Amino acid sequence: MTFEYAPAPESRAIVSIASSYGLFINGEFVDPTGGTTFKTVNPATEEVLAEISEANQSDVNAAVNSARQAYDRIWSVMSGRDRAKYLFRIARLLQERAREFAVLETLDNGKPIRESRDIDVPLAAAHFFYHAGWADKLEYAGLGANPQPLGVAGQIIPWNFPLLMLAWKIAPALACGNTVVLKPAESTSLTALLFAEICQQADLPPGVVNIITGAGETGRMIVEHEGIDKIAFTGSTEVGKSIARALAGTNRKLTLELGGKAANIVFDDAPIDQAVEGIVDGIFFNQGHVCCAGSRLLLQESIAEETIDALKRRLQTLRLGDPLDKNTDIGAINSREQLNKIDELIKSGDDAGAQRWTAPCELPDKGWWCAPTIFTNVTQAHRIAREEIFGPVLSVLTFRTPDEAIEKANNTPFGLSAGIWTEKGSRILWMANQLRAGVIWANTFNRFDPTSPFGGFKESGFGREGGIQGLSAYLQSANDGADRARGAS
Amino acid sequence: MRTIAEPLTTTSALREFLHGLPGVDEVGIKARATALGTRSIKNDSKSWAIDMAIRMVDLTTLEGMDTPGKVRAMCAKALRPDPTDPTAPSVAAVCVYGDMAPVARAVVGDNLHVAAVATAFPSGRASIEVKLRDVRDAVAGGADEIDMVIDRGAFLAGNYGLVHEQIVAVKAACGLAHLKVILETGELRTLDNVRRASWLAMLAGADFIKTSTGKVPVAATPAVTIVMLQAVRDYCALTGSQIGVKPAGGIRTSKDAIKYLVLVKETAGEAWLTPDLFRFGASTLLNDLLMQRQRMAVGHYSGPDYVTID
Repeated sequence: MTFEYAPAPESRAIVSIASSYGLFINGEFVDPTGGTTFKTVNPATEEVLAEISEANQSDVNAAVNSARQAYDRIWSVMSGRDRAKYLFRIARLLQERAREFAVLETLDNGKPIRESRDIDVPLAAAHFFYHAGWADKLEYAGLGANPQPLGVAGQIIPWNFPLLMLAWKIAPALACGNTVVLKPAESTSLTALLFAEICQQADLPPGVVNIITGAGETGRMIVEHEGIDKIAFTGSTEVGKSIARALAGTNRKLTLELGGKAANIVFDDAPIDQAVEGIVDGIFFNQGHVCCAGSRLLLQESIAEETIDALKRRLQTLRLGDPLDKNTDIGAINSREQLNKIDELIKSGDDAGAQRWTAPCELPDKGWWCAPTIFTNVTQAHRIAREEIFGPVLSVLTFRTPDEAIEKANNTPFGLSAGIWTEKGSRILWMANQLRAGVIWANTFNRFDPTSPFGGFKESGFGREGGIQGLSAYLQSANDGADRARGAS
Repeated sequence: MRTIAEPLTTTSALREFLHGLPGVDEVGIKARATALGTRSIKNDSKSWAIDMAIRMVDLTTLEGMDTPGKVRAMCAKALRPDPTDPTAPSVAAVCVYGDMAPVARAVVGDNLHVAAVATAFPSGRASIEVKLRDVRDAVAGGADEIDMVIDRGAFLAGNYGLVHEQIVAVKAACGLAHLKVILETGELRTLDNVRRASWLAMLAGADFIKTSTGKVPVAATPAVTIVMLQAVRDYCALTGSQIGVKPAGGIRTSKDAIKYLVLVKETAGEAWLTPDLFRFGASTLLNDLLMQRQRMAVGHYSGPDYVTID
């Protein structure tokens, strides 16, 4: 007998999923006025988990009105110290109910429980703790003596880190004194709706957080709503561009966190074993559904063959399967549409003549799955080297000199993140100055922390989330003056 | 792929090779160790792992107060760890000081390996003549495995040629006995040093590389063990020969032992999951493994009075 790991599934008994959900407006769950619903599905089994309400224009209006009233009457006039109390309370409740959130996130999203348990949920709580600390110290944010909130924030988040992206959006907005209308992605609404329960449990004043569900059309209503002072969007570059067009010429603020095609650059003096781990973390973490994923591996030619062999050996130990199993490394692809898109780009790599290698793993019969895939012999011209795949697909390119690495890394319309692997500290600093990317990791990849600002260059968006820099996305800057106050135009 | 240029025996040739090995990033390797530590081993896998861990134990007593009586009792336990359950496997070997090797051999016969620590264990601060005499004594006394210590002072001073020469000489003195080379990673301090010392020992003819004597404050850690497992994996890819790994000291619970087996499986591979290629140097670990084994069999914990203390 060999050392096979017996199934070790996390129990789903801890979560109770209702058969249908309303919209969370003004502190209560209400039925949608239109009565339209859609289904949310477990991507690992295709089992329907619940019916979700689709918010129409009058629902969006109600949510924005509720946020406006909460802003005017309660939240904007409450002291920072009191706002902090609520945020600390939310953070602690997230920790207390961490297992419930982790299991629910895994059921609805398809990501492995190891990641939802060890990364998504703890980091979400950390964002609330961090921003709770800021709430009564905003005068030290570098934005003047008494920085003022913007008003009502409309926030639209993606399906890849549903709860974590919610935390990235809601925590700074609330800490700075704004109220929010948040829309989760249509395929992953459940943890946002459970978060609504946390808001009730924390006695958060009604209307400070409103969560409305729906698809792109609901998102468009939020974007175009005159009563919203600021839009924060995380998602695709395509949608981000249309939002930027919609807000052009209005008085509403915007931050965008969009796609990426990050270069993970490995030099011949890198710690190879850890670089291999970093490559794996970079592109196979969360099935590659990560905007800052290290989807382009740039290997120095002198170590290319050795590193690819080591990478293939490592990928054979990745465990794909039941996301609730505590030993699963690679979970399910979130939706059939996403799987189709990944498959289409894989085919384009084959057609372009890149060499494909797929990790030998058995795919379950039901659900949507994609085995970890590596393409070698990739050139800058291939679609798989230019377009964001948002799946477990790595394109490997080589370079000869540091200058060539910089040129290739920067030769993309995106600029969200990059990784540098070398034992030479001076080269790390030199490279970091040349790379046009908002986040640069050295000898690690995909590490997140609420104290560290996150955001992009070029088509990866603008604005930062996290750290002191992230606060300016939710506060008026000193020279915004009184004209930013609502009512003036 | 890297290759070994002949001959690698002089300090300068060894330095060129050892310092050409890729570095080890401590933060990264600790993160990897933590991630592997979250593997959840249940049911049949756990039973298998517990029995395998028992079969990999080098049951050890290395005290100034060791007596023939103590060694005989430990050897009896090594042969039959759980007197209430004949299905419990024997351990791999007993590990004693050289002068106790005849006592141990008399009890275990040909049923178990007898490992003896030698070469002025644990500090290694003696002349090479004394070290070799120590080894020959232990082999003559019935030891078929020798656990030697490297000269850490020479290693840290960069005198790789001397360390190499001493291991080669000890290996020759071992005759047919297997040689385990103790790196004393707690004194080498950096993981770069651990990687270099691992390769140095293998190049000089070690059959096993072992972390620690158990006599300095820091003994085996998951990060150190991963570096050593990577070294034996890469050495095998280069030369075709499989070298064993023995973490020793500080591994006291079944949970820890199972975590180490996960490291072996996911770093060096399944081929190393055998007592011929992986051992635990331990004394108290065995009883915890036995208590877990009893719990798996009957469904509840027994208690320390239901396993023997020899």
